[in-house]
Amino acid sequence: MGSTSSTLAKIPNAEDLMQETGFTPAHLVRLYDRFKVLDKDKKGFLTPQDFVAIKELAMNPICDRIIGAFFTSGGETLDFPSFVRILAHFRPIDKNRPKEPTSPDPINSRSNKLKFAFQLYDQDKDGKISRHELLQVLRAMLEKQVTEEQLESIADRTIQEADLDRDDAISFEEFRKSLEKVNIDHKMSIRFLR
Amino acid sequence: MPCPRRTTRGSEAAGLGLQLQQRRSGTVSVSVSVSVLVVSVAVLGCCLLPLGAASSPSHNRDTSENHQKSGHGGTQPTNHTKKPFPVLSFDYKHVKQPFEIFLWVLLASLMKLGFHMMPRLSSIVPESCLLIVVGLLVGGIISLVGEKPPVLDSHVFFLYLLPPIILDAGYFLPIRPFTENIGTILIFAVVGTLWNAFFIGGVLYGVCQIEGTNLHTVTLLPCLLFGSIISAVDPVAVLAVFEEIHINELLHILVFGESLLNDAVTVVLYHLFEEYAGVGTVTVIDVFLGIVSFLVVSLGGVMVGAIYGVLAAFTSRFTAHARVIEPLFVFVYSYMAYLSAEVFHLSGIMALIACGAIMRPYVEANISHKSHTTIKYFLKMSSSVSETLIFIFLGVSTVAGSHRWNWTFVVVTIILCMVARVLGVIGLTHVINKFRIVKLTTKDQFIIAYGGLRGAIAFSLGFLLDSNRFPMRDMFLTAIITVIFFTVFVQGMTIRPLVDLLAVKKKQETKRSINEEIHTQFLDHLLTGIEDICGHYGHHHWKDKLNRFNKKYVKKCLIVGERSKEPQLIAFYHKMEMKQAIELVESGGGVKLPSAMPSTVSMQNIQPKKTPSERALPQISKSREEEIRKILRTNLQKTRQRLQSYNRHTLMADPYEDGWNEILIKKKKMIEFEKRISQMNNYLTVPAPPPDSPTIARARLASDPQAWSIKPAADAGTIPSIKVDLASPQTPDSVSMVDEFGKPASRVPREPEDEEEGLMMRPPLGEKGEKEEQEEGKEQQRLLRCLSDPGPAVAEEEEDEPFLP
Repeated sequence: MGSTSSTLAKIPNAEDLMQETGFTPAHLVRLYDRFKVLDKDKKGFLTPQDFVAIKELAMNPICDRIIGAFFTSGGETLDFPSFVRILAHFRPIDKNRPKEPTSPDPINSRSNKLKFAFQLYDQDKDGKISRHELLQVLRAMLEKQVTEEQLESIADRTIQEADLDRDDAISFEEFRKSLEKVNIDHKMSIRFLR
Repeated sequence: MPCPRRTTRGSEAAGLGLQLQQRRSGTVSVSVSVSVLVVSVAVLGCCLLPLGAASSPSHNRDTSENHQKSGHGGTQPTNHTKKPFPVLSFDYKHVKQPFEIFLWVLLASLMKLGFHMMPRLSSIVPESCLLIVVGLLVGGIISLVGEKPPVLDSHVFFLYLLPPIILDAGYFLPIRPFTENIGTILIFAVVGTLWNAFFIGGVLYGVCQIEGTNLHTVTLLPCLLFGSIISAVDPVAVLAVFEEIHINELLHILVFGESLLNDAVTVVLYHLFEEYAGVGTVTVIDVFLGIVSFLVVSLGGVMVGAIYGVLAAFTSRFTAHARVIEPLFVFVYSYMAYLSAEVFHLSGIMALIACGAIMRPYVEANISHKSHTTIKYFLKMSSSVSETLIFIFLGVSTVAGSHRWNWTFVVVTIILCMVARVLGVIGLTHVINKFRIVKLTTKDQFIIAYGGLRGAIAFSLGFLLDSNRFPMRDMFLTAIITVIFFTVFVQGMTIRPLVDLLAVKKKQETKRSINEEIHTQFLDHLLTGIEDICGHYGHHHWKDKLNRFNKKYVKKCLIVGERSKEPQLIAFYHKMEMKQAIELVESGGGVKLPSAMPSTVSMQNIQPKKTPSERALPQISKSREEEIRKILRTNLQKTRQRLQSYNRHTLMADPYEDGWNEILIKKKKMIEFEKRISQMNNYLTVPAPPPDSPTIARARLASDPQAWSIKPAADAGTIPSIKVDLASPQTPDSVSMVDEFGKPASRVPREPEDEEEGLMMRPPLGEKGEKEEQEEGKEQQRLLRCLSDPGPAVAEEEEDEPFLP
């Protein structure tokens, strides 16, 4: 894999990145190539426009949220390490990982995956999904096919179901609890990133 | 004459180890069913069934009939002297065939009833075993009487008995787990079956060549043919056993999917070896043709099924005015798909599965609720009867068939079957796990291997063999039957304790909540987006593309009118609301449903704008209404308890639902709650209506009929007491002060009349409360799917799964 190692050399801090995210060299190289492809103007970083240029992504109902997740805290540039760190959330969980009590959870642990998803809902970062935010998500997903009233009914019902402390918003714990039956590893993993 | 038989049966029954004495009701019902059985068998014994390929000469039957029946049987010469007009005559011959057929069906069904009356027995022994035993007994009795018992005719089996079971399986196939695991399933079905067939056939051939077994006549090709017959996992047997053990969805779909999809492999191998067994050699060209044939058979079958499925979906679009025959289309199109595939020797099973799976989402969107229920129950009923008949006939055929027992052959076959299965599963899983995200554990592998049951398909295929070209057919049949017995009895009986012992995950009983639904869809979108970013055309990408295609083109064609635009989430939400409404009504106890309900119009096809709501009570202004609703809703949030979904109508008939105890408990709670309520007269709380008159409760609230709710409240004490002077409920001030939760009235006051979707789009104010109120008759016309008929019933996850969500 001569090309892999030569490309690997071009990636700054490749070792640290692999350590942090758990990607293999092959994956890292692949992601680096993809990064280069997306970065059409060869700036060395990505901007939201580069993401929007991906045709299929533009059709996605929650495209702006996804892009927003990459560009945290309003920044306009995304360098390769940050790109990789975000994508590391979607690695399948390593079942054989030894559980060291002192080390932090890897990026792709179930809990971190859920946190990532939660942040996509919670745009104002107050730690709760308010009714308003839920309505926005529903509106985005259901596009123009439903009436406001229907949306509101659904939002109300969703909050009723999940909201255990009756604050009319869904906190991270409630979010996690409502998804306890769902196999998050399966739903939030991309196979090729194993 | 029946008496001695009964004691014989009794001793036989005791000899089977059934501990009937311990349960008096059991013995009573057993003796009832036994006596019925005896009577029916006695009749049967006299008139042989043409259903089987029984070869006994017909004149035997005639003479025996004549002996048994009184009256003038036989031939009366036609002389022209005047006879007295026969007031009562006996002419059995012209109804003989249908009479016997239905007698067998009746026997089968009574047996099924009998088993379920003995709960201890049915929890230890799976039904299929019991039925085979019954078949053995019946066969034994018939041969004791001196007649030849009928054998399970392959023609009848493949054309009449098998399709209902497969259609039932295909129509209710859980699409999502199926497509998610399709790769695994296909590998097990194709590669696994091929491995089994060749391994068993090859090793058997080797064994046959060993000196001392006098099996030299069995050449390689017949061995391979035998291997291919015996290697296929049987869907009927798998269904029969797995249904009872409630194993988790993944394993169920893996084994079951495998049993369905291996039909194509079996068909090709069977025909290939059968063709060439006479010739004696198989060349490379033949192998190549075999592979091509496999592709043609499987893909062709699927295509035929898909065409018929689309036709059925399209037809259902226009059935709005002839709701009564809607179910007929489903059945007829599916059966035609099966037959059409069989015409070309394509895989009929795959055609049926494809037809059922493809037409279901569209048909369900189009047909009325009652048709949906009809289809469901008819499918379940006919598949149940078919299954029962198949197993009974297996037992009878065992007694009837000509057997040639060869210890070596049979024992080696059984051992090889098990070994081949285990090796195959382990080897394949090793390869498959490299590509799966959710890996298959050892426990899973064990269950998959252990669940590879053989059944009646193998027997029928063996039966089809021509005994001239295959002189060892009888030996084959004996071995096949032995393997079937072994797998069904030994594996079928022990799988349940093993599942418990190994603590294999069981099926999730609870339904999806709307949270899960929303978040799952959200995550789907998210993953699709990430895949696009990574440039990876994975699972989500294609699923998304298919969904878009479906939404844009297909749904418009196949679904009638407005419903084609309805997004999945809304459909799901509607269903949930509807179910809860129905549960509420039914558990409310004694709430009178209005008598006139539009029963033939499906839910979303009603335009409520045309039916203005008429309230007998005075109208209050909309803002008042809004506030009352808000108050009640906040109250209801505290008292709301998620009712276990159950369905009284299916309760007794459907063995898969068991919520009865919870319902009784809830009813008790409700009655207690009611008592407490009756002490709190002035409070604007939410009373459960007393079982006798809803009007009293209504008068108590004296105002908004929407204040209904029949939620049982375990925490009745925490109902906030809002003092409202109910004597004058319409006083705006009294009500407006009450909003103690201080919720801002941020929402637009809803106008019920403006809603497009009638029932569901009320604010979730006691979602249940509203439905309740509406059912009470104010807005009868809004009642969309007939509420006396409880709905897409509740125990099946497949109901809630949108097609490729």
